[in-house]
Amino acid sequence: MAAEERQEQLVVAERAALREEGERVFVASQWQLMWWRFRKHKMALVSGAILILLYSVALFAEFVAPYDPHKYDVKFTYAPPTRLHFIDEAGRFHLRPFVYGLKQERDPKTMKMLFAEDRTKIYPLRFFVRGAPYKLWGLFSADRHLFGLEEKDAVFFLLGADRMGRDLFSRIVYGTRISMSVGLVGIGISLVLGVLIGGVSGYYGGAIDTVIQRLIEFIRSIPTIPLWMALSAAVPKEWSPLRVYFAITVLLSLIGWTSMARVVRGRFLALREEDFVMAALLVGASELRVILRHMVPSFLSHIIASLTLGIPGMILAETSLSFLGLGLRPPVISWGVLLQESQNLRAVATSPWLLLPGVAVVLAVLAFNFVGDGLRDAADPYAR
Amino acid sequence: MLEFIVRRLGLMVLTLFAVTLVAFAVIELPPGDYLTAYAATLAASGDTVDKEQLESLKRRFGLDQPMYMRYLKWIWGVLHGDFGYSFGWNKPVSELIWERMALTVAVTFSALIFTWVVGFLIGVYSATHQYSAGDYIFTAISFIGLGIPEFLIALVLMWVGYRYFNANIGGLFSQEYQTAPWSWGKFVDMLKHLWVPLIVLGVGGTAGMIRIMRANLLDELRKPYVITARAKGLRERHLLLKYPVRIALNPFVSTAGWALPGLINGATIISVVLSLPTNGPLLLNALMVQDMYLAASFILLLSALTIIGTLISDILLAWLDPRIRYARR
Repeated sequence: MAAEERQEQLVVAERAALREEGERVFVASQWQLMWWRFRKHKMALVSGAILILLYSVALFAEFVAPYDPHKYDVKFTYAPPTRLHFIDEAGRFHLRPFVYGLKQERDPKTMKMLFAEDRTKIYPLRFFVRGAPYKLWGLFSADRHLFGLEEKDAVFFLLGADRMGRDLFSRIVYGTRISMSVGLVGIGISLVLGVLIGGVSGYYGGAIDTVIQRLIEFIRSIPTIPLWMALSAAVPKEWSPLRVYFAITVLLSLIGWTSMARVVRGRFLALREEDFVMAALLVGASELRVILRHMVPSFLSHIIASLTLGIPGMILAETSLSFLGLGLRPPVISWGVLLQESQNLRAVATSPWLLLPGVAVVLAVLAFNFVGDGLRDAADPYAR
Repeated sequence: MLEFIVRRLGLMVLTLFAVTLVAFAVIELPPGDYLTAYAATLAASGDTVDKEQLESLKRRFGLDQPMYMRYLKWIWGVLHGDFGYSFGWNKPVSELIWERMALTVAVTFSALIFTWVVGFLIGVYSATHQYSAGDYIFTAISFIGLGIPEFLIALVLMWVGYRYFNANIGGLFSQEYQTAPWSWGKFVDMLKHLWVPLIVLGVGGTAGMIRIMRANLLDELRKPYVITARAKGLRERHLLLKYPVRIALNPFVSTAGWALPGLINGATIISVVLSLPTNGPLLLNALMVQDMYLAASFILLLSALTIIGTLISDILLAWLDPRIRYARR
């Protein structure tokens, strides 16, 4: 008897909880619902955190990088990644990680220069050390770096050094700025083009729609890489790095807008038939008001989702082009430019850390894909 | 069906025309007149510039005529198998491209078939064994496969081959067959080298195929007719292959159309990394030295290849699924 009673109480409590949650769902805004839904996608959450981290690195590249990415020293050509230690020779534990000094010796047999740890010298790694002076965003002079060595004569290469003895970690950090922003700028241009053209196509329909759809089909049927290669090869060599950067992003978005236009058109077509659009028109709202106030908010989330899914393509395209030597060129630093060095197979064989910028590319692309997937699911909070 | 094919053919002709415009634009892109540049390099290298030869070249490509005449001249030549003249190689373009294009087609289509077969098998496995360990492993692999650019996979494979097996896994032929004329031995030798580009190219495409096949088949498997068939006592294997797999195959076929541009993209880049004797290295080099007739011919042929491939997959799809023929009126 008691058990039954308790059972009943439980059911009542459960129902109340359900009702409460139901009410919470009923009064929640669309963005609230989307966030709840997005939160369930664990990979998307983790990836979102990674993206935030990557963009903060891009924003504060000068501060995060321990060295000037252009500072070269042939003494350190292909120096291997420096190992961080916690326990020293004597077996003492250091809470603050440290590196040993770097010494070079010639292999008596092959006469090749080898790098070795000089265990007599210990350099602790510190936060906020003074290092090479820089100008943050070209505005603020500073010389503090996130981490580094205090001693001026010591060096450490977290991810090794390249052909000219430049610190690869610092270069990847600076590359983040270019590579991650190419995606954003490119997708921004695609967005404007896509929303305009897709909107016109979907809203008016008819002959305009057919023409635009054929155009999109045509653009999508050309293999993009050969075409991009041709177009970026035509970018004049004497242009300044900034102009080349913009030229390349514009080229990327000239093809990238098509998928955006498709999404917008599809949404427009679907929404045009919705009752609330008809209702708005009937009460006398203007066409522009209907589009901006009623239609756009209801597909904004879809656009954001497909924007996110469009960025990795841009990043990959820029990386591929720069890798081939047709995109951005040194002294500009992007992940693709860095990967150019790994075209030399012999160098990669002896110093495989040259492939590390590729890891950054994969990380960024995967993170964008997962966040995009999560957003796409969340964009339709009512779908089960 | 015939009407559908005719309409698609008409559309293809239009698209091909647009592609020729793009390729022609590529020829015209570099600033200045390439013949002048050619004469300048000749003069710089100490060669005497033959005025008469220059004049004849000028006439041949219609450099003194308006742009549309140049286009007509060029397209007329292309239709007769004359793709222009490569100033970088000092040879007619048509002598340079065909063997490379043939190898490109060979690599791309073997990659397409590889992608299809592997994607199909793994897709069916993943759907029928949903949430099993195998399913999770394949899903993880396909996610990573989608995220890694092909040239990076190629680089890593090259590095592994060089470092651990002390072998150069690039190229399509062994040393002794490199310049040899085609023979059975050369063909077998090519097959031995083909697997590296196939895997590199296949990983990205296969990943997409697996996801599509898995999603489609899962949708089908939930439908009532599957339960009915099962209740009637149909053997699982028979049941699976007879209906759901066949229906799930439709979107699979249509993806072949869009997989092709991706494969050609990938093939172009990885052939540079793996130094395959396909279009990639030659196209890259042509663009670097502004050998525009050669570059434009490659772009024209690669695009044409994609468009024809898409057409074939469209027709195949219409033949498989009659609904498409009528829906696209």
